Amino acid sequence: MSAAPAPTSIAPAVQVSGLTKRFGSFTAIDDVSVTMKPGRIHGLLGRNGAGKTTLMQLITGQDFATQGDIHVFGEKPTENPRVLQNVCFIKESQRYPEDFQPKHVLRSAPWFFENWDAEYAEQLVDEFRLPLNRRIKKLSRGQLSAIGVIVGLASRAPLTFFDEPYLGLDAVARQLFYDRLLEDFSEHPRTVVLSTHLIDEVANLLEHVIVIDQGRILMDEDAETLRTSATTVVGPRGAVDEFVRAREVLHRDGVGGLASVTVAGLSASDRSQAAAAGLELAPVSLQQLIVRKTDVRETGIEQTA
Amino acid sequence: MIDEGKPIFVQIAEQIEDDIIDGVYPAETQVPSTNEFAAFYRINPATAGKGVNLLVDDGILYKKRGIGMFVSDGARERLVAKRRDAFSDEYLRPLLAEAAKLGIGAEQLTRMIQTAADERPATPHIQTTPTASPSKGVSA
Repeated sequence: MSAAPAPTSIAPAVQVSGLTKRFGSFTAIDDVSVTMKPGRIHGLLGRNGAGKTTLMQLITGQDFATQGDIHVFGEKPTENPRVLQNVCFIKESQRYPEDFQPKHVLRSAPWFFENWDAEYAEQLVDEFRLPLNRRIKKLSRGQLSAIGVIVGLASRAPLTFFDEPYLGLDAVARQLFYDRLLEDFSEHPRTVVLSTHLIDEVANLLEHVIVIDQGRILMDEDAETLRTSATTVVGPRGAVDEFVRAREVLHRDGVGGLASVTVAGLSASDRSQAAAAGLELAPVSLQQLIVRKTDVRETGIEQTA
Repeated sequence: MIDEGKPIFVQIAEQIEDDIIDGVYPAETQVPSTNEFAAFYRINPATAGKGVNLLVDDGILYKKRGIGMFVSDGARERLVAKRRDAFSDEYLRPLLAEAAKLGIGAEQLTRMIQTAADERPATPHIQTTPTASPSKGVSA
């Protein structure tokens, strides 16, 4: 009965252009254009209040845009069942009906997700040690997050959003989530969007990274490209200053006669030149890079919180 | 196991190269699948695939349709030759730079290398590792 349009591998899973969302005088999303290719794990990263959740709500048709276009598998998402049955949005603040138990969530999930794998959900319930017959109100924060993670994985929706899915999950459970995500994604490729603050933990899982800051897209790059896009040069102040003179400096630090300066990407010959000058080169992690780019103290933009 | 600063797919390719040189994957044997590498190193499968493809492009691995990736004949010899060419740049020059910083001359360095070589227990040329596929438990 459901004629779900199979998402083709060429068309983008999500295409957003000129998107703006205002709440009164506050602009949460400011002229954003972004494309998400199918069959990839995307990271949607940024600081608190940057607009990540608003953007995901708009893409999943839970809110109307003030301006701009959104296409999900080629169609507008709002009030469109053809799109919505292909989308799963796991959010941090998911609410459930009063007196619901986890088993009720798992029992109703197949109504919404046609790819729902009940057996896989059961396996995940065991692994996350989720009590099925306890009232959801009585669950711990971590157990509540586990429900979301299980639904997000077992639904196998062609487009799955995880918005800070693991509040309260311990390190073991988070690792379990990452392992199962990679494993299930390998077997059932789909478009995944992972929004998180724990950038270091997920950096290697991502194929594409979108960084949003103050409602605007700050970075939209291949994860591999970003990994090598910045380097920290460490050494005697004079030599470091000499080396970075003609380069784009992202960050500057130092102690005594020692300077540590983060610069945009270096070529192989830049590297040997630095080595010849006795300078040390240290890699910059994705997390450090994003901190450098979104910290107002770094960019010099004055702002009062 | 994965370090920052170098593209992950390059590190995956180097790791497979190391295993070929060490004899973990002899010629004409199958290497783990992209998905197995992804799960083991906890990386995106596309990234793992890129690393494997790097070796396919170099002729180190070849694809048997519907079965998987296999080590090419003569791959080990070619990798050893390539690594020998890079040995001077990657190991000797940094060693000499550090030695110079510490005031260790070439002659003293030669003696130190000889002493260290004498102390080192004789190791077989090819190490054979019992497992042919990466096993869990090595910390990432």
